[in-house]
Amino acid sequence: MSLISEGAEYNGALAEPSMASVGDYIALLKPRVMSLVVFTALVGLAIAPGSIHPVTAFTALLCITVGAGASGALNMWFDADIDALMTRTAKRPVPAGNVKPGEALAFGLTLSAFSVGVLGLLVNILAAAILAFTIFFYAVVYTMWLKRSTPQNIVIGGAAGAFPPMIGWAAVTGSLTFEPILLFLIIFFWTPPHFWALAIYRMDDFKRAGVPMLPVVRGEATTRLQILLYTLVLVPLGVLPWPLGYTSALYGAVSAVMGLGMLILAVQVYRERLPSDQACRHLFAFSILYLFLLFAVLMIDRGWGGLIARLTA
Amino acid sequence: MSDQGNDKGIVLTEAQKRARRSRSIAIAVSLVVLVVLFYAMTLVKGPAILLRPL
Repeated sequence: MSLISEGAEYNGALAEPSMASVGDYIALLKPRVMSLVVFTALVGLAIAPGSIHPVTAFTALLCITVGAGASGALNMWFDADIDALMTRTAKRPVPAGNVKPGEALAFGLTLSAFSVGVLGLLVNILAAAILAFTIFFYAVVYTMWLKRSTPQNIVIGGAAGAFPPMIGWAAVTGSLTFEPILLFLIIFFWTPPHFWALAIYRMDDFKRAGVPMLPVVRGEATTRLQILLYTLVLVPLGVLPWPLGYTSALYGAVSAVMGLGMLILAVQVYRERLPSDQACRHLFAFSILYLFLLFAVLMIDRGWGGLIARLTA
Repeated sequence: MSDQGNDKGIVLTEAQKRARRSRSIAIAVSLVVLVVLFYAMTLVKGPAILLRPL
């Protein structure tokens, strides 16, 4: 999609007023993806040392939420042509014709500017800078460049989804240490097994759209091996906050048990072959629970636990 | 411009009017949230609102 074709769409928009509802614009924000981003950012915010006023914390979270939504809107603007070809995405507002591409672009750019600007003005510059880089990375590096050009697209592009805990941490401290970088690494190595599991059982969709996902380009067997290898890196990384002294044994136990679950499912995925795809579906669903539980326990252990300790002191 | 001419401009259907109204309300709510946010943050930070720490 080019800006020149956008001009043609705009002329059409003048002739035919928009029928887009508020719900269509909310769908452009990718609410489901946004919820995980907001949750991991909240954890980064909660476990960071020092204090933050609740209103400032709310402002930071709101900006991160809107910024994540903005990058989703920009992604849907650029990917409308391939979204129309895939069952999973064909009903998105732009390919469905509810929102015109130019409207999605304007919406994404406006929200990007406001989220970064407000975060920089009201919270701090470092958090705003990382948010701006995250939006740029997702919309430009991943969506416009990597997604259509390399099977490593979601490995590198996954970094965009890994930044939110760093933004949350930076909002409190105005700096970065190894701890938020470790959270970044956990999400970074979690993304490939999570997304490739989906890519295997949605392979026909990606093939039809011409997206060079790993199972399409390198084949199903290679992808299953890569899922196992990334899970082997992810599991010890997931436990690492405990031996490093960032968390209590509770987190260590939960991350070890959940990691074992990930590993068992990854081995099942490795042994399975299409047309059977049950193990891939199980791994995809379990990986969401894995990340959610790890971060929830981390927040209870360090964030809420710390808050309770402060209140009772 | 004559009232009897054919150039009535774009005439919105009821559905388009409803969609436009709901979008307008959403924009208004967003602006109110933004104003409240800046007001609340100014109360919280006081004069420090003008400082831009990294």
